[in-house]
Amino acid sequence: MGLGVEANLGDSIVTTKLDHAVNWGRTYSLWPMVFGTACCAIEFMAAAGSRYDISRFGAEVVRFSPRQADLLIVAGTISYKQAPILKKIYEQMCEPKWVISMGACACSGGFYDNYTTLQGIDQIIPVDEYIAGCPPRPEAILDAIMRIQEKANNESILKDRIKEYKGILDA
Amino acid sequence: MLKCDLLIDSNDIKSTILKLKNEDDYSILLDITIIDYLKFPDITPSRFAVVYILRDTTFKNQISVKAFIDDSSLEIISISDLYGSANWAEREAYDQYGIKFKGHPNLKRVLNHHQFIGHPLRKDYEITKGQICTESDDLLDEMNPLLISKGYTPEDISDLMLLNMGPSHPASHGTIRNFIALEGETITACVTEIGYLHRGFEKSCENHTYSQIIPYTDRLNYCSAILNNIGYSKAVEEMLNIDITPRAKIIRVIIGELSRIIDHLVCNGANMVDLGGLTNFWYLFAPRDKAYDLLSKLTGARLTNTYTRIGGLEFDLYDGFNEDLADVLKETETAINDALSLIAHNKIFLDRTQDVGVIKADFAIKYGISGPNLRAAGIAHDLRKDKPYYGYENFDFDIVIGSHGDIYDRMMCRFEEMRQSIRIIRQAMRELPDGPININAPGILLPSKKDVYGNIEGLMNQFKLTFEGIKVPKGEYYSSTEAGNGELGFFIVSDGSGKPYKIKCRPPCFYSLAAFSKIAEGGMLADAVVTMASMNFIAGEFDR
Repeated sequence: MGLGVEANLGDSIVTTKLDHAVNWGRTYSLWPMVFGTACCAIEFMAAAGSRYDISRFGAEVVRFSPRQADLLIVAGTISYKQAPILKKIYEQMCEPKWVISMGACACSGGFYDNYTTLQGIDQIIPVDEYIAGCPPRPEAILDAIMRIQEKANNESILKDRIKEYKGILDA
Repeated sequence: MLKCDLLIDSNDIKSTILKLKNEDDYSILLDITIIDYLKFPDITPSRFAVVYILRDTTFKNQISVKAFIDDSSLEIISISDLYGSANWAEREAYDQYGIKFKGHPNLKRVLNHHQFIGHPLRKDYEITKGQICTESDDLLDEMNPLLISKGYTPEDISDLMLLNMGPSHPASHGTIRNFIALEGETITACVTEIGYLHRGFEKSCENHTYSQIIPYTDRLNYCSAILNNIGYSKAVEEMLNIDITPRAKIIRVIIGELSRIIDHLVCNGANMVDLGGLTNFWYLFAPRDKAYDLLSKLTGARLTNTYTRIGGLEFDLYDGFNEDLADVLKETETAINDALSLIAHNKIFLDRTQDVGVIKADFAIKYGISGPNLRAAGIAHDLRKDKPYYGYENFDFDIVIGSHGDIYDRMMCRFEEMRQSIRIIRQAMRELPDGPININAPGILLPSKKDVYGNIEGLMNQFKLTFEGIKVPKGEYYSSTEAGNGELGFFIVSDGSGKPYKIKCRPPCFYSLAAFSKIAEGGMLADAVVTMASMNFIAGEFDR
């Protein structure tokens, strides 16, 4: 039941803030692009499988084109050789976009503290949520998606999301 | 002291290997690696030595050939004209150690990026010295000569469509990059680039104790981590000359075969997703998740289990394991039947897989392809039969072989191998002996917590093993097991300390991937996708 003008609109029309409507849509239809490189990608497959069923969170439409996705899940070790590709993929995604760094390797290089492994993807691209584990359990992936949903729910279409970020590959 | 079988002069490499190949039938080149003796405690004739590991066509014998390399030239003769598998093996040796192979058609880096300076596995290269890569290699230096060798003129080349498949491509199941030239939808030339998941396994091994390496082996072929654990532990145990307990052997067989089932489930499930059959994926992943529940109860982890220990196992079977295992096996059988019921008589499936992506037997041997991919080509080679370990000779199971070597055969081989693994597990469960899972050897296995906290010997033992590691006798040794993808070998060089001086992993899918471009050329683009999936390339394994 509405007040004021809304009271005259009847039951067939709902009024809300544009931000709320847009955020509601974004929150429950995250389209992930899985940048899967290693073991974590296999666990992501389990999260997508029937047991853990990521579609309960509206995030089952896995895109393999970054242009169609708004959630980048970096699942696996990123080497220095892979880093420019990850950056390119990230840049191809349209705003608004979120990044989950899945697993120890993506977060910090994990136990690969050596000449070939990037010591955390946040040196290349900004990260919204980190998931610990080697590899994390599927529940942890779902938890991170829920945290992203909370963030998406608090966005505003008037606010500019783009943050100041400068990684080691940004000249 | 364990040594390579033959020590030859570096000038005789080609003649010796040619003789071994032609007269003694050593027609499979398993691996090539380099040892850098810079920090080795003994004095050696020169700094670098090259090691070739070969297998003969009866599959029962293997031989390792070693030659010291002249310090001033750092150059030896290439054998890439004798073995297809030598091509990438020599490139890797060049990439990691800077040894030049004279006569190699395309001696460029394979694992490290093209802007990398230096050779990381040399002993004087610092482990943490990373080097930033700002852009990917365009690979035209490989593509253009390849197209010209196929008879294309520079004008023709500009008419072709050049396409990058990967390194971030859903159908590559990982980080493989195939750079292809297309005429319509037909692949005329293909260049494969790897190294996007090179994680420095071998360098990391040199900086950790033998026990600390077991978690690193998990992440080689992460679809069947326990098979890697077993392969590595077995190699170290053989160097230590210890025999694990009968119970540990049978448990390793049971859990190893379960891992093989999981590996094949993932491979076939993902392959059918690429074919457009998503339902099969759900069918096959259901028992896999059940198996992971069992593994997490047993080992504490779903995927990266680190279940073996040098000299035994981390945990004994838990109460109720038998029932859980029986459940998993039953569900796996149901899933296999369900998936097969969808595809066995499905015309689309048959058309897409039969006589597509064919690997001929002689081609497979030449390129060192092993495991299900080799068996699908009709060669009955399985290390569990040819060089049985852990009592595999006592189990009643069949080697599964195909007749055409096409995608269909590879998939069906994997389906049938799962059934054979189930057979093995059921027999093993019946024969599971009681007794300890670990050998009684204080220098190898950690003492019980009661001893650590209760007496000084136990405390010292724990301290020494943790900080210094297991002292493996000096020597060099190659050992292999039949892993999910084929022959998984570990070549270990020990200097007598608690950390390995060098470990070289012989990853089965490194060699099958090296052959992939030859298989894909001449076929359709869509078929290449399915061929790739059917050969089960695991990035953690080939890139290490």
